[in-house]
Amino acid sequence: MRRWSWSRVWLHVLAVLLALWVIVPIYLIAVAAFSPRDVIYKYPKPLFPTQVSLETMLFFIRSSGVLDSVRRSIVVALLTLAVSMAVGAPAGYALARYVFPGRDTFRIAIVSTRAFPIVILSIPLAVSFINLGLYDSVISVALMHTALALPFTILVTSSVFASVPVDLEEAAMTLGCSRLGAFWRISLPLTLPGLAAAAIFTFVLSWNEVFAAAILTLRNRTLPAHVLSVLNESPLPFRFAGGFFLLVPALIFMLFIRRYLFNLWGRVVR
Amino acid sequence: MAEIRIQNVWKTFGKVVAVKDVTLTVEDREFVILLGPSGCGKTTLLRCISGLEQVDRGTISIGGRDVTNLPPRRRGIAMVFQSYAVFPHMTVFDNIAFGLRMKKLPKDEIERRVRDAAALMHIEDLLDRYPAQLSGGQRQRVAVARAIAVQSEVLLMDEPLSNLDALLRLEMRAELKRLFTELETTVVYVTHDQVEAMSMGDRIAVMREGEILQFDTPVRVYDYPADRFIGGFIGNPPMNFLVADVEDGRVVVHGTPIEVPPLVLEHLKPPRTLVGIRAENIELFTEQQEGAIPVQVLVVEPLGSHNLVTARADGDIIKVNTPADLRLAPDQRVWIRFVPEKIRWFDAQTGKALPVDYQAVEAARVG
Repeated sequence: MRRWSWSRVWLHVLAVLLALWVIVPIYLIAVAAFSPRDVIYKYPKPLFPTQVSLETMLFFIRSSGVLDSVRRSIVVALLTLAVSMAVGAPAGYALARYVFPGRDTFRIAIVSTRAFPIVILSIPLAVSFINLGLYDSVISVALMHTALALPFTILVTSSVFASVPVDLEEAAMTLGCSRLGAFWRISLPLTLPGLAAAAIFTFVLSWNEVFAAAILTLRNRTLPAHVLSVLNESPLPFRFAGGFFLLVPALIFMLFIRRYLFNLWGRVVR
Repeated sequence: MAEIRIQNVWKTFGKVVAVKDVTLTVEDREFVILLGPSGCGKTTLLRCISGLEQVDRGTISIGGRDVTNLPPRRRGIAMVFQSYAVFPHMTVFDNIAFGLRMKKLPKDEIERRVRDAAALMHIEDLLDRYPAQLSGGQRQRVAVARAIAVQSEVLLMDEPLSNLDALLRLEMRAELKRLFTELETTVVYVTHDQVEAMSMGDRIAVMREGEILQFDTPVRVYDYPADRFIGGFIGNPPMNFLVADVEDGRVVVHGTPIEVPPLVLEHLKPPRTLVGIRAENIELFTEQQEGAIPVQVLVVEPLGSHNLVTARADGDIIKVNTPADLRLAPDQRVWIRFVPEKIRWFDAQTGKALPVDYQAVEAARVG
């Protein structure tokens, strides 16, 4: 029999409370999202699903503007993913592989971009985008999301690349590969799962982002911005279904990226 | 033919000089060891030869071809890394075949060469496994097989045995030595283990602080260290060093005059010189002898084949090998005498060896 000390018990109690804090709302939203309409309006609401139905979800998806905004959200998220991976992965590789002057400053600078409240940036940004003629388009939102996602993309990919020993690339280079070839044949296959996780992370970040999207668009809203703008005048089933719909990608993402988040700050080469 | 010629090579990292004006020629099919304590620049020099590191100054040529500015893949080398660097996402077969596929050899040729290399390293049964399923020793074998499969004329090894446990290291040491005599490639082998260096190499280049202090056969490096540092670094126990007074062409150690060869006599710089002598070249007597130095026994360590005695003469600590059956007690007073032809002479200031007439030495040995 293992002896449990009181501090261990407290630790577990706290962990359980913390988990419940997050899980209970998600659970309730999920239950409501898959209940028929009349159950949702009941009070008090049932804690366990009594009848499972797709009625509520279908109602949400068929609401006007939802499908369009879902499509836009996907386009924005894919654009964000593409641009931030194209820019962020090489930066992450450089951070992981090379010791260059100002490297640590660069690291801090990357994170500090997140220190600027987007609220302060939003008005100048909206003005800039209006001047550039990019206002109210998926491109403006994608650019903004890329700026928001890049710090994480860079840090996550750098930790992913740091997990592949330099020796492996060097061995490949002595065996006939160029530097690029060594990356292609050795580092890329080994980092693919990690890079995929970083990509999914970027996607989810863009998918969930509401503030910038709401400010930079008027008619061409992404899903969260759309849901936000119609939330006040929409019925309960719409809210539950929308909430659940927005949650799903984030949940999937968590399963993928978990182990990469733990060493976000990466190991440093030599 | 693959002779490696390194000329006046410098390599610095920021302010640290890792390789300082090194000039070294490794003959075709020679097995040369780069030996030195950690941080002496031996690995950096090896990486300069491989092309993984660019030299700051100087030239490197392999087989008469200037490779100074060529990337590793165009230098005709293969390398074994300290960490093995076996590709974890490939099977053993694919690992060994990697270099051959890069050369775009025909499929059956690759198959044959992989099997040959695997057979040489006794890993034929492991070809379908992934590195994660192998032990450290087996990974080491895969790394060596991968390097020899490409049949390059130069093989570079960076402390290949240092991650193995002692027993395995002993086994692999003998195996690698056998392998290299069979393969007839030029080998440059980096190690900090002096036993490995002594037992494996044709010649040893002893390095310290980026410079090559001595480049000679293991026997010479052991017997005639070019420098006080080498005498202390190579051999277990390290060579004994004693300060001796030089008076009117005579050398006196702790009040006892010792014999000086004529060539040494010419180069002696009064008032002091440094005398080096290995533990096995000291005779120990329990009674006073003509020309013997009185010392006091501090510690006796029985080592089975012999005893290692630590003795003190005034301020100097001297290690002496004695027969296993000679019984000595701590604090006992004994007398030691140096075997005259085994005494090595060093400059007291610089620690450099005084000139040695090797021809006379060889002649005396044959005679």
